[in-house]
Amino acid sequence: MSKPKLVLIGNGMAGVRTLEELLKLAPGKYDITVFGAEPHPNYNRILLSPVLAGEKKLDDIILNDDAWYAEHGITLHKGKKVVAIDRVCRKVRTEDGTEAGYDRLLLATGSAPFILPVPGKDLEGVVGFRDIRDVELMLEASEKHRHAVVIGGGLLGLEAANGLKKRGMNVTVVHLLDTLMERQLDKPAAALLQRALEDSGLDFKLEAQTEALLGEGRVRAVRFKDGSEIPADLVVMAVGIRPNVGLAKASGIHCERGILVSDTMQTFDPQVYAVGECVQHRGELFGLVAPLFEQAKVCANHLAEFGIARYQGSVTSTKLKVTGIDLFSAGEYQGGAGCEELLLQDPSRGVYKKLVVRDNKVAGAVLYGDTVDGAWYFQMMRDGTDISAFRENILFGQAHMGDSGHGAESHAARLPEDAEVCGCNGVCKKAIVDAIVQKKLFTLDEVRAHTKASASCGSCTGLVEQILQSTLGSDYSVSPAKKPLCRCTDLTHEEVREAVRTQVLKTIPELMGSLGWRTPDGCHSCRPALNYYLLCQWPDEYRDDPQSRFINERVHANIQKDGTYSVVPRIWGGVTNPRELRAIADVAEKFRVPCVKITGGQRIDLLGVPKAQLPAMWAELGKHGLMSGHAYGKSLRTVKTCVGKEWCRFGTQDSTTLGIELEKMTWGSWTPAKVKMAVSGCPRNCAEATIKDFGVVAVDSGWELHVGGNGGVKVRATDFLCKVQADEEVMEYAAAYMQLYREEARYLERTAHWIERVGLPYVQSRIVDDAAGRRALCARFLESQRKAQIDPWAERAQGAEKHEFEPLTPAERKANACIA
Amino acid sequence: MSHWTPIARLEDIPRQGTRVVATPEGAVAVFRTVDDRVFALLDRCPHKGGPLSQGIVHGARIACPLHNWVIELDSGQAVAPDEGCVRRFDVRLEDGMVAIALAAGPTGS
Ligand SMILES: Cc1cc2nc3c(=O)[nH]c(=O)nc-3n(C[C@H](O)[C@H](O)[C@H](O)COP(=O)(O)OP(=O)(O)OC[C@H]3O[C@@H](n4cnc5c(N)ncnc54)[C@H](O)[C@@H]3O)c2cc1C
Ligand code: SF4
Ligand code: FES
Repeated sequence: MSKPKLVLIGNGMAGVRTLEELLKLAPGKYDITVFGAEPHPNYNRILLSPVLAGEKKLDDIILNDDAWYAEHGITLHKGKKVVAIDRVCRKVRTEDGTEAGYDRLLLATGSAPFILPVPGKDLEGVVGFRDIRDVELMLEASEKHRHAVVIGGGLLGLEAANGLKKRGMNVTVVHLLDTLMERQLDKPAAALLQRALEDSGLDFKLEAQTEALLGEGRVRAVRFKDGSEIPADLVVMAVGIRPNVGLAKASGIHCERGILVSDTMQTFDPQVYAVGECVQHRGELFGLVAPLFEQAKVCANHLAEFGIARYQGSVTSTKLKVTGIDLFSAGEYQGGAGCEELLLQDPSRGVYKKLVVRDNKVAGAVLYGDTVDGAWYFQMMRDGTDISAFRENILFGQAHMGDSGHGAESHAARLPEDAEVCGCNGVCKKAIVDAIVQKKLFTLDEVRAHTKASASCGSCTGLVEQILQSTLGSDYSVSPAKKPLCRCTDLTHEEVREAVRTQVLKTIPELMGSLGWRTPDGCHSCRPALNYYLLCQWPDEYRDDPQSRFINERVHANIQKDGTYSVVPRIWGGVTNPRELRAIADVAEKFRVPCVKITGGQRIDLLGVPKAQLPAMWAELGKHGLMSGHAYGKSLRTVKTCVGKEWCRFGTQDSTTLGIELEKMTWGSWTPAKVKMAVSGCPRNCAEATIKDFGVVAVDSGWELHVGGNGGVKVRATDFLCKVQADEEVMEYAAAYMQLYREEARYLERTAHWIERVGLPYVQSRIVDDAAGRRALCARFLESQRKAQIDPWAERAQGAEKHEFEPLTPAERKANACIA
Repeated sequence: MSHWTPIARLEDIPRQGTRVVATPEGAVAVFRTVDDRVFALLDRCPHKGGPLSQGIVHGARIACPLHNWVIELDSGQAVAPDEGCVRRFDVRLEDGMVAIALAAGPTGS
């Protein structure tokens, strides 16, 4: 049977990117044919500006050469413009009569520069700024002529002007409005930009309306509405772009300003897909590559027939590729109704920063002069981070965040070379920069793989990203808005969880199969996450997969650096008695445990136990009623308590009893990351409840509940959730909080990071404000606990998973070895 | 000359799992992949000596439980960018019986 045929019209950035993504997902699925109107292979259009400015050569910007097409068996028709699509017979035809039939068609025809309809627009020397041909025309002109006029003071116009200036021409930028780059910059930033460009030698003529281009044969001058004229041997029109929809329209595909597509990148004809600048999605057009690349991913997913990705629009950011000018803008930079504006201006340093904030979230940003924090603001914008906790400091940048626990602390650019960036793996800045430069790394993942920086606890991730950015400069940044779960898939944690729920996936192989995993059985990052998601979603039915658990959870003990294990019995609320202590002491003696230590969580750690001994030790401990303390798992660890009102002269409530009750309710539950709780009997807070995932502090009139604390690598104090009165309420809120965290956080994300990501108000809205929702969460938690509260030690002491603990006996002791 | 030493039946090793066998040449980890291929490596990670047998098997690779180095099961090579190599042993599967090739003869026989 022959393969289905896929035809791509438009050999540009979005179309070919879609093919690349498709080849990753489903190589060999289609017979692919590509038509491109330009006589070149696929190149990086963005870098035309540096080519014009003489900073790069044409050869440097080829993305896929002819050999690439050949290697993937793709038929490429260069320099052939498609002029007709026959949707009934499913074939396309080019100007010169070449035809190709399709089963699926992909339109990626990009856009064309808008040419002002003024007299003289067809004169020689009038060009747009779009493709290699335009650049060649400009370079030719710069060699022979002196005066260039660029019409349009937007991103593209300024880059063209900068390039022509560098090529030695006299350049005037003509703009209709009184402010440059009005689509990206507010007035103060635009004024700073204009001043800097004037200093570099560009002339500006603002609020000028072009009336005609003068000349015979070649253009000679530009005339304006007010009658004035300026000389011009070259006129570059950079006043906007128009999606290329002519072909689609002519073949009856529904278009408005662009080709209308759905969230799956399909047009009104479901056999026909479209991506890139030619499309209109939810009313929007796109003119930057980052969103196009996201569309390409989604489109490839559907072409590969996985059918699970959706494009939901993108937030984009802009940088100007003019060397020496630092400018960044993103989102709703203008502000407006319902928005607040945070401003920082330092004219003498030439620095201007504006953040537009709505509902305590970053909605837009304009940075001029100091753009180091652009990526940081942009990340918060896309993540919808709640900034209320640090909004006083936010404009000073990430370096000035103090100890609020939010991401990385210092500016990559200012960091000395020998500064240690990743404490876990001892990686300094220089090692990272060298790897980026020498090994040509572009993504966080690659840096992780090559340097190990940020590969462990992840607290330096933000800093590593900044180093990446400051090292790579600003050619363009296509860091994906969504972070895939791991390298086996493009799906995010959220998308996977949604698929588990909606597609009723109940085993790991089933899940990997229907979500198009790239590896046969995943990797050590995704399998534990998937195992958890399935367990959380289907508490009754899912059968835990031990092979997808990290060794600690597989054998229910904590692996140590020498390969031995440690055993931590559960001690409810930290309260024990002589009988239990004696039992622990006996076991420690009997099994010659080399080290006995009190842990930070009020438990006893027996360190240095060989694996094979674990079941026997557990059996012994079990005889005395001691069970697993889960000190090894992504699960509830301990509930730390103080002595409270029973003993303490300050205590106002019985913190110890409440702590024990909390532990009895929550023990055994699996969670995205470890969870610790504490209960203090008065605000003196001896149990240190305000650095726990869930902390309870007694006050005279009841209990204060605190959430999202973390005493780990990056200390984070809790946020105050609410106050309640009765013990039962504490229990209900705790259970609801646990369940919300279990259901919505990403695997390995601690509550501190989760809350920083979703914002405290969100958690409050679900747990405090919505009483019915809280009770439902609580009920789901208790339900899942019915299956979870089984002591894993007891099961194994009785022989479960026996093979885990027993080494194989070489058979030569039983049978004769055969000699080869 | 190497000696084929039978060590286990295939089903004694769980899929995507590992068992350890003590040999005169040290502890050897025997891995079984999801598609029932079997490999054997010395049970010592080339990084800091972590017990590879305790890691997670995926594809024909093992992720060390201590610091997540990933080692190719067929060659014992660390997956780039990590560099290092762990000793491997030939394995064969015959009639459901797994045997590994040891350099020296079994001790005591
Ligand atoms: C000078 C310049 C600088 C830029 N700088 C940036 C930047 O810094 N950051 C950023 O994000 N974006 C930048 N952009 C925008 C970015 O390049 C575009 O958004 C992107 O290239 C659009 O991709 P596309 O595939 O939709 O269109 P294109 O890349 O334009 O590809 C469309 C292709 O389709 C072909 N085609 C059209 N009709 C037909 C037909 N009927 N038959 C056959 N072929 C056809 C065209 O010849 C063209 O090659 C810049 C653009 C330019 C021009
Ligand atoms: S927190 Fe208050 S009640 Fe508890 S021990 Fe400390 S002082 Fe006493
Ligand atoms: S010992 Fe194996 S990764 Fe460090």
